[in-house]
Amino acid sequence: MTKPLLDVEDLRVRFHLRTGTVEAVRGVSFQLGRERLGIVGESGSGKSQTGRAILGLTPPPGEVTAKRLAFDGIDLQKASKRTLRDLRGGRISMVMQDPKYSLNPVMTIGEQIIEAYQAHRKASKAEARDRALAMLEAVKMRDPTRVFSLYPHEVSGGMGQRAMIAMMLVTDPDLLIADEPTSALDVTVSMEVLRILDELVTERGMGLIFISHDLKLVSSFCDRVLVMYAGRVVEELEAKNLRDAQHPYTQGLMRCLPTLADDVRPLPTLNRDPAWAL
Amino acid sequence: MLDIQNLKVVFGTGRLRVEAVKNVSFHVEQGAAYGLVGESGSGKSTVLRAICGLAPITGGRVTVNGEAVTSPRSKAFYRTVQMVFQDPYASLHPRHTVDSTLSEPLAIHGEKDAESRILQALREVGLGPSFRFRYPHQLSGGQRQRIAIARALILRPKVLLLDEPTSALDASVQAEILNLLDDLRRRLGLTYILVSHDLAVVAHLCERLLVMQHGEAVEETTAAALRSGAASNEYTQSLIQASQGFTRAAPQPAQAPAA
Amino acid sequence: MAGAPPFPQPSGLQAWLLSAEPNSRWQARLGRGYLGWRSFTKNPLAVLGLAIVILLVLVAAFADFIAPYSPIVGGDLRTERLLPPSETYWLGTDDQARDIFSRIIYGSRITLFVVILVSIIATPVGLLVGTVSGYLGGWVDTVLMRITDIFLAFPRLVLALAFVAALGPGIENAVIAIAITSWPPYARIARAETLMIRNSDFIAAVKLQGASTPRIIMGHVVPLCVSSLIVRVTLDMAGIILTAAGLGFLGLGAQPPMPEWGAMVATGRNYLIDQWWVAAMPGIAIFVVSLGFNLLGDGLRDVLDPKAAK
Repeated sequence: MTKPLLDVEDLRVRFHLRTGTVEAVRGVSFQLGRERLGIVGESGSGKSQTGRAILGLTPPPGEVTAKRLAFDGIDLQKASKRTLRDLRGGRISMVMQDPKYSLNPVMTIGEQIIEAYQAHRKASKAEARDRALAMLEAVKMRDPTRVFSLYPHEVSGGMGQRAMIAMMLVTDPDLLIADEPTSALDVTVSMEVLRILDELVTERGMGLIFISHDLKLVSSFCDRVLVMYAGRVVEELEAKNLRDAQHPYTQGLMRCLPTLADDVRPLPTLNRDPAWAL
Repeated sequence: MLDIQNLKVVFGTGRLRVEAVKNVSFHVEQGAAYGLVGESGSGKSTVLRAICGLAPITGGRVTVNGEAVTSPRSKAFYRTVQMVFQDPYASLHPRHTVDSTLSEPLAIHGEKDAESRILQALREVGLGPSFRFRYPHQLSGGQRQRIAIARALILRPKVLLLDEPTSALDASVQAEILNLLDDLRRRLGLTYILVSHDLAVVAHLCERLLVMQHGEAVEETTAAALRSGAASNEYTQSLIQASQGFTRAAPQPAQAPAA
Repeated sequence: MAGAPPFPQPSGLQAWLLSAEPNSRWQARLGRGYLGWRSFTKNPLAVLGLAIVILLVLVAAFADFIAPYSPIVGGDLRTERLLPPSETYWLGTDDQARDIFSRIIYGSRITLFVVILVSIIATPVGLLVGTVSGYLGGWVDTVLMRITDIFLAFPRLVLALAFVAALGPGIENAVIAIAITSWPPYARIARAETLMIRNSDFIAAVKLQGASTPRIIMGHVVPLCVSSLIVRVTLDMAGIILTAAGLGFLGLGAQPPMPEWGAMVATGRNYLIDQWWVAAMPGIAIFVVSLGFNLLGDGLRDVLDPKAAK
C-alpha cells in the first residue's frame, strides 16, 4: 500500500462541560487511501465528531487530540491556520446533512460555487463561472444555467444537496467527508444523489469518508466500514463481508432492521453490553 | 372502523392554493393496521391530520365507527382516535413532567383515579414508575416516544394514528418501538393507521397499505404482496428497489421529479 | 481542569435535588429550580443584582427600624438645614432639615410599591393579550395587535403626563400611567413566542386530547412565555423606576412631603452647586437600584431563556 491519504491515530474529542468532561471520540485510528470508507453508528456514537475533528470543525468547548492526524503527509495538528484554511474546501471538503442549513440563503447557487472556487484557485470570474456551470452539469442538473441563478430556497432538497456536492467538488478535492448526505432526502432522490456522488468519486479518484447511521446503505455504497459505538471503533470490516461481522453490536444493528425479505416478529432488539463501551 | 371516501384537502386560496390530498379513499377494519407510504409531499401525513382535525377536510367523507366526523371534533371522537407524532423531541411539552403530560388527558375528560392509570400507562409502554416525575430532557428519544404512546393510549382509544413514529429514532430503538406497537395492538385490540416513508416498517406493522404520490393514491396493496415483490405499479417498484440499499450497476430508477 | 463540579462533595440534599428519578412532583420541581439557581449563581454580577434587590426589599420592610429619624418631620430649621454628611446625619440633611438617609430608606417603599404595582398590572395584561392574539390569530390577532400598536405609539412619559394631568398628580395615578404604557412590549414578546409554540407538535397533541382553547393557552402556552416575560419585566424595572422618578421630579408623581427619590432629586437641584449631597444621594439610590434590576434581569435571562441558554 502506498502512503495513505489520511492517517488518523488515537483521535480523541473531549467536551469540557459544566457537568464534567465528556469524551465523544475515544481513540479512533484508521488509514484512508483513495477509497470509500463508511463510518456507521447510532446517535451519540461519535461518528460525526470524528468527521468534524479531521476538518478542525469541532465546536467549542471541544478539544481534539491525536497521536497522529496527517493528511497527505501534512500534520493537521501542527499546521498553521492558513494551511488549514487552504486545505479545508481546497483539498478536503465536507457535505453536510441538510442543504437547507449549509447553503447561504441570500446568495444564488452559482455565486456560492464561484466563491468556493475562487477562494482556493486563482481564476478569473469568467473561468470560475465556466467551472461552476460544468460542475452543475456534472451533478446532473437538467438546466445548469437556470439552477445557477436560483436561490437555495427555490430548489428542492435533492437539487440543493446536488448543488452542495457541486460546490464541494468544484475545487477537485482529494478527500470528501460526507456526513449523512442523504438522510434529509426521500429514498428515490437519495439514490440518485448517491449515484452522482459515486460517479464523481470514482471518476476523480478521491478518498471518501461516508458517515451515516444506515448500515445497509453504507455497506452497499462503501468499500470498507468502521462501526462506531460510544466513541470507539468496535469493528472494521470489508463492506462485502458485512454478513460475517463478529462484533455483537454490528450483528445486532443488522438484525434489528425490519426487511421486506423476511417477516421476523418480534424484531430482535439490541442488548447493549456495557463491556462494549469499555 | 374507519372509512375514508374521496378525501380532498386544500390549503390556501388563489395563487397559494395547494391541493395536498386529491380523492383518496380507503377503508380500515377494526383491529387492522393500515399503512400509508410515500415520499415527502405525497400527502400521506395530511391524510392523517385531516382525520383527526389538524387539517381541513375540503371534500369527501371521513367516517369513524360508522359516524361521520364533525368539525370541530367532539370530545367523544378524541376518546376513540388518538395520534402519535413523528418527532418525540417536539411532541412533549418541555416544561411538563411525564406525570403532568399523562394526567392532562385524564383531567380534560374528567377521568377518575389518575394515579393508578398513569402508573398503568407507564407499565404498558415498558417504563417503570421511576419515570413518572422526569422532564422530557431527562429522557432518551426512545423513552420520549414511549411516553408519547402512553399519552395516546391513556384514554383507551380504539384507533391510533401513527405519523412516522420511528423515523427520528436510531435503528435499534426503532426495533423496540415497533415491537411495542405490535404488542400493544394485539393486547388492546387497537386499529392502526401508520404513515411512513419506509416500506419495510410499513410492511412489518401493517397488513394492507396504500402507496401515495403527489397527493394521489397510486396503488393499494398488501404487505404480503410487497414481500413477494408483486407490485404492479412502477412507482411502487422503484420504492421497493430504493429500500434495498444502494446498487451500483443498477439502471436509472424512475426519475423523481425535482419540484 | 475546567468542568470540575462546583461543589466538591455532593451532600445528601444535593443528591436528592439532582436525582434523575424524582419521586414526587415537588422533588422534580425543586430539582429543576435548584439547577436554575446553580447556573444563576455562576454569574457573580447577577448575584450582585439579586443582592441589591433583596436589600431593597429588606430596607423597605424594616424602614421603621433602620431609619434613625422621621422622613417627614424635619429638625431645627435654623441650625439643621442643608448640613453636609456627618456622623449624626450620615447623608446630610435637606432644605427642610430632614435626614436624607432616613428619607431614602422610606423612599425605598415608594419605589418598591411602584415597581410591584406596575409589574402586576402590566405583565398579566401583556401576557394575556399576546398569547390570545398569537394563538387565535385571524381577526382577533389583528384587532388586539392594532390596539397594542396604538398604545405603543404613545411616548411613555408624555402619556403619563397627560394621564396625571387628567386624574390629578399622585403616586397611584403615576403607577396607572406607567402600567398603561408598559404592557404593549410584553404583548408583542408573548405573541412572538406564542407564534413559535402554536404550531408545535405538543400543542397539536393537547388539541387532540380535546383540550379547550383557554386550557391550551393557560396551561400550555403561557408557561412557555412567562420566562422570557419575567426577564423583560426585570430589565424594564430600571426604566419604570426612572419614569416614576421623572414624574416625581416634574412634580406629577408622589407629592410632598412623601420621600420619593425623584422628587428628592428635584428639590436638591436648587442647591446642586453648594449642597450637592441633597440631589446626589437620592440620585445614587436610583442608580444603584436600577443597576441591580438590570443585572438581575441579565442573570435571569441566562437561566430562563431557553434560546440563550446553552
